[in-house]
Amino acid sequence: MTIETSVAGTLALIGIMAAVTLVTRFGGVFLMSFVRISPRIESFINTMASSVLIAIIVPMAWEGDAGARLALLVTAALVLLIRKPLPAIAAGIAAAAVVRYLT
Amino acid sequence: MNPSTPTYQLQPGKVRAEFFRLLPISLFVVAFGAAFGLAAVQAGLTPSQSILMSTTVFAGASQFAALDMWGTQVSVLPLIVVVFAINSRHLLMGASLYPMLRELPAGQRYGILLVLTDANWAVAAQEYQSGRRNLEVILGGGLVLWLAWLAGTLLGVYFGGLLQDPKALGLDMVLGCFLLAMALGGKKSPRVLVAWTVAAIASMFAYRWLPPNTHVVVGALAGGAVGYFWLDEVNGEVKGEASEEGSRA
Repeated sequence: MTIETSVAGTLALIGIMAAVTLVTRFGGVFLMSFVRISPRIESFINTMASSVLIAIIVPMAWEGDAGARLALLVTAALVLLIRKPLPAIAAGIAAAAVVRYLT
Repeated sequence: MNPSTPTYQLQPGKVRAEFFRLLPISLFVVAFGAAFGLAAVQAGLTPSQSILMSTTVFAGASQFAALDMWGTQVSVLPLIVVVFAINSRHLLMGASLYPMLRELPAGQRYGILLVLTDANWAVAAQEYQSGRRNLEVILGGGLVLWLAWLAGTLLGVYFGGLLQDPKALGLDMVLGCFLLAMALGGKKSPRVLVAWTVAAIASMFAYRWLPPNTHVVVGALAGGAVGYFWLDEVNGEVKGEASEEGSRA
């Protein structure tokens, strides 16, 4: 099925995108309301939470150019060393900019 | 299960504080909103349609992906699949906040989820790992990120991309660096490190060999499975058991 991108069609497409996205925002919480939160389930969701971040970042680093990789490397090193997120993020972004300017 | 009385009260002052706390990262979001606004009008959307999409969808990666599929006609099923796959991480993000969210009245619980997105969730999830309950950042931080996404789209639609090439300034790495800083700032135990290794391997496997856009969910569930089978004896068992008794008795 296709929808023409007329005025009404475009509104329908945007409505579909918004609805699908809303289902993802509400769905996890809604489904969890049927689950009994045992210590095991709590352990699962806590470990899953930080794993979401890893699963976003690792392919980003893998696919990325040298600038992207260095940005993540510098951020990681500084967060672990100085424990302040904002300077670490700023340094990571600067690293990407410098590498891309040079290459 | 008893109809548990809501025990989490959103503090207006803290919501405001979290709004301003995520203001710096939101400035970067403006730059990406501008890139989206420009790309949207180039793909054939009108300014008001582009702004409507940013207002109601508020999920950048899926919006960019939708533009790739835009033409005089758009196939509906592929659009739904792509938008759902890219945004399916929200399912897991929301679920991970459930122990806190269940203590809010249902209206507020789903209300603040309207502005759930990567950055504000990452802050809330990280603080929860360290024992601090912060749903105010979902609301306050979410609002500032949403406003920034709108403002950026508006600028991009009417004035073109603010910057010729945000990538040259490293701005495409803002979110990645932010999420990485949140991950590394959280609790690190052998259990967590094993889970991260499993998550990293699973996400790379999915990225290369499974259908597109499934890698985040696959990696996160694989990492979660480590937690399911390997309980944190010191903390999880005792703390989990106690709160279980307290809230369900």
